[in-house]
Amino acid sequence: MSKTMTGAQMVIQALKDQGVDTIFGYPGGAVLPIYDEIFQQSDIKHILVRHEQGATHAAEGYARSTGKPGVVLVTSGPGATNAVTGMTDALMDSIPMVVLTGQVPTFMIGSDAFQEADTVGITRPCTKHNWLVKETDKLSETIHQAFHIATSGRPGPVLIDIPKDVQFATGTYTEKSKSKIDHYNPQRRGDLDAITELVELIEKAERPVLYTGGGVINSGNQASQLLRELVQETNFPITSTLMGLGSYPASGKNWLGMLGMHGTYEANLSMHGCDLLINIGARFDDRITGVLDKFSPHSKKAHIDIDASSINKVISVDIPILGDVACVLEDLLKIWKSRGNKTNSAKILDWWSQINKWRERKCLSYKNSDTIIKPQYALERLEFLTKDHPNRFITTEVGQHQMWAAQYLGFEDPHRWMTSGGLGTMGYGVPASVGVQVAHNDGLVINIAGEASWLMNMQEMGTCTQYNLPAKQFILNNERLGMVRQWQELLHGERYSNSWSESLPDFVKLAEAFGAKGIQCSDPKKLDDAIIEMLDYDGPVIFDCLVEKHENCFPMIPSGKAHNEMLMGDDKTENAIGSSGAVMV
Amino acid sequence: MNALTLKKGSSKKSAYNLKNTSSDILETHTLAVLVDNEAGVLARVIGLFSGRGYNIESLTVAETNHIDNLSRITIVTTGTPSVIIQIKAQLARMVAVHDVHDLTVEGPSVERELAMVKVVSSGESRVEALRTSEIFRASVVDTTLESFVFELTGTPEKIDAFVELMTPLGLVDVARTGVAAISRGL
Ligand SMILES: Cc1cc2nc3c(=O)[nH]c(=O)nc-3n(C[C@H](O)[C@H](O)[C@H](O)COP(=O)(O)OP(=O)(O)OC[C@H]3O[C@@H](n4cnc5c(N)ncnc54)[C@H](O)[C@@H]3O)c2cc1C
Ligand SMILES: Cc1ncc(C[n+]2csc(CCOP(=O)(O)OP(=O)(O)O)c2C)c(N)n1
Repeated sequence: MSKTMTGAQMVIQALKDQGVDTIFGYPGGAVLPIYDEIFQQSDIKHILVRHEQGATHAAEGYARSTGKPGVVLVTSGPGATNAVTGMTDALMDSIPMVVLTGQVPTFMIGSDAFQEADTVGITRPCTKHNWLVKETDKLSETIHQAFHIATSGRPGPVLIDIPKDVQFATGTYTEKSKSKIDHYNPQRRGDLDAITELVELIEKAERPVLYTGGGVINSGNQASQLLRELVQETNFPITSTLMGLGSYPASGKNWLGMLGMHGTYEANLSMHGCDLLINIGARFDDRITGVLDKFSPHSKKAHIDIDASSINKVISVDIPILGDVACVLEDLLKIWKSRGNKTNSAKILDWWSQINKWRERKCLSYKNSDTIIKPQYALERLEFLTKDHPNRFITTEVGQHQMWAAQYLGFEDPHRWMTSGGLGTMGYGVPASVGVQVAHNDGLVINIAGEASWLMNMQEMGTCTQYNLPAKQFILNNERLGMVRQWQELLHGERYSNSWSESLPDFVKLAEAFGAKGIQCSDPKKLDDAIIEMLDYDGPVIFDCLVEKHENCFPMIPSGKAHNEMLMGDDKTENAIGSSGAVMV
Repeated sequence: MNALTLKKGSSKKSAYNLKNTSSDILETHTLAVLVDNEAGVLARVIGLFSGRGYNIESLTVAETNHIDNLSRITIVTTGTPSVIIQIKAQLARMVAVHDVHDLTVEGPSVERELAMVKVVSSGESRVEALRTSEIFRASVVDTTLESFVFELTGTPEKIDAFVELMTPLGLVDVARTGVAAISRGL
C-alpha cells in the first residue's frame, strides 16, 4: 500500500527507515517544515549545534566512531555554505555523511531570492554525489539512494537540496526496499588471480611490510580482525597511516607505529628497505611517500583498494587488487592457508632483527623538563592515565598536537581515533568530540587540541553544556600556531610571521562562562593530579595545559626528501629543507 | 602489470594491460561516457576535468537513449598514459556515469565532426572557395552575392585542413560541433 505524506514527513520517515537515531542541525526559514516534523516525534534526536560547520564535523565524529553515516540538516544559503568545509573534510577522509539542505521554493530558484545559493553547484566538487529534488514524489527515493551511495564503495558525503515547496507538498512515499539503487554497486570481491599472485609474493618475501590505512576502518570490524589474523599468522611487520590507527593494536608485537612525514624511524625505514610492500586501504598520500622517485625503491608493490582511481594514481603498483579490504583479506587468507601457510620465516626473522635495531634508535624520545610541561610528556601522562578506560575515544584538532597524539597515544581498536587527515581542518576537534560523545553516552571522549585550532569552533562548548556531554577538551597551549611556527623555523629562517596566538582568552574563565569546568596546569609535577581531576569531573572540562612554546615535532621527513632522510629530534635542523622541498606543502 | 577490472568502464582490451604507464609521451584519446541525463551532469564531468587539471580538446553531448534517459558524452582528451588511466577511473567512479569507453584503445572507431564555415569574398577568391569546397565534399547551405556558408563533415583533421585553405579566401567565421565517435563493427 502506498503512503501519501508531505515532503517534510517523508524526510523524517525515510531517516527512520534508514535507522537514523541522531541528526546534527541548525534551523532556518528554508527547513522550517522539516523542523516542525522533528518537533512532533521522538524517535530521532536532534542535536542543535552552534554553527553549521560544527554540525558537519559532529556528524563526522559520530560516523567515524560508530561506522554509521552521520546526518546533517541545515537551512539554505548561509546554512549550506557553512557546511562546505565539513563536507570537503568528509570527502577527503572517506567519511559517510548525508547532508540535507533547505532551498528556496522551486518557483523562486534563480531569482536571487532571500538566502538562495546554488547549493548543488557549490557542493558538486565536495560531495560524492548531490541532488536537487524538485518533486515531492521523488524525495523519499532520493534519500534512500543517498544513504546507499554515502555508505557503499568508498564512503563519502552526499547532499540533498530540498526546496521549501517540495517539503510542504504531498506525494507518495517510496519504501527503502522499493527504492532503485540503480547501477551504483561497487565491486567488493577482489580478482582471485591477482590475490593468488600476491599470496605467491607473501610466501617468498624476505623483507615484507604491511602499510595499512583508513580503508581498513571503512571496511568494518571484520577487516581489522582479518588483518590481525594475517599479521599473527605471517609475522609480518605492520605500520599504518594516520587514518588507519587502531585497526591493528598499538600493543601488538608487530606494530611499528605510524609511518610518513611524522612517522616513526622504524616504520619509515621499513617502507624504504622492504622487498614487498602491501598497501591495504591506504592511498599513497604525499605525507607518506615523500619524494616519489625515492619511495620504497626496492619493493614489489601490491595495493588493495575499493576505488579504482586510488590505484596507480601516484605510485604505480605491480599487483592492483580492486575490492573491499575484508572481502580481499578473507580470500587472501583462504588461498594462503590452502597452499600451506608458507612464509620465508628465516629471512623474516633477519628482517625483524634489522627492524629491532631501528627500534633501538628510540625515535620518539625527547628531552624532558622538571619545570616546563613538554607536550610529549603531557600526552604520555594522559595515555598512562586513560589507556585502560574500556571506552576511550580521542579526537584532535590539526597541528603539532595532532601528530604528537598519533605518536604518543596507543589505539587498540578501530573507531577510537577521529582526526582530520586529508583536509587538515583546524576546528574539527571540538565538534567531532561532540558527535562522538552523543554517539557514546558513557565513553571517555577527549579532544586533544592546540589553542589556535580549538578557538576555531569553540562555540560548540555550548552544545556540550546543553546536552550534558562530558567531553574533555585537552588543550596543549603553546601560544603559537605551532605547526606553522615549526615550518617557519625550518624553512623561512625563523621569521615567525603571524604564527603567534595573541590575546588568548582565559580558558578557565571561558569554561566557566560556558557552564563547564576549567583547569589550568603549567607544572609537570602537578600534571597527573590535574589530569585525574579532569577525568573525575562528571561534565565537560576545558583543560588549559601550558606547554613548552618552541618544541618541534619529530621525527620529520622534510618536504622533498625520502624516507631514509628523516630529521630526528637531536639533528641539526638548519637548512634541512632544500629549495625544491620548500615549494611543497 | 596486472589487469585491473573495472566494474564500469574499459574492456579487457583497455590500457590497463597494454600501456607503459610511466611514459611521459602525451597521447590523445577519445572517450565515450554514458551518463544519466540529469540536471548538472555535464557540470560534473567538466568540473572533474577542470578541478583535476585534465585537458578537454573537444566535448559533445546529447541524449542518445530516451527510454533509460541516458546521454552520451564524447570527450577528446590528451595526457600521459597514466593520466588517461586516471581520467577513466575518475569518470567511472562518478555516480551519474554508467559506462566509460576508451575508443582509442578498444579497437577501430570512426570519428566525425561537423563544421559550418562562412566565407566572404568576391571575384577569383569566391570561385576558388567554391572549387575547394567541392574537393572537400562540403555543401553550400547559405549563399549571398558576397558570401557562402559551407557545411562540412569529417575528421577533425579534415576540417582543420579546410579551415586553413579557406582562411586566405575570406573566411570570417567557423562553427564546429566537436567530435562524435563510435566503434566500428559489431
Ligand atoms: C598536519 C598533518 C600531518 C600529517 N602527517 C601525516 C603523517 O606523518 N603520516 C600519515 O600517515 N598521515 C599524515 N597526515 C594525514 C594525511 O594527510 C592523510 O590524510 C593520510 O595519510 C591518508 O590516510 P590513508 O592513506 O589511510 O587514506 P584515507 O584517506 O583514509 O583513504 C582510504 C583509502 O582506502 C580506500 N578504501 C575506503 N574504503 C575501503 C574499503 N572498504 N576497502 C578497501 N579500500 C577502501 C579508499 O579508496 C582510499 O584510497 C597528516 C595530516 C595532517 C593534517
Ligand atoms: C582551517 C585551517 N587554517 C589554517 C591551517 C594551517 N595550519 C595548520 S597547523 C596550524 C597551526 C595550528 O596551531 P594550534 O592549533 O595551536 O596547534 P599546534 O600546532 O600549536 O599544536 C595552522 C595555522 C589549517 N590546517 N586549517
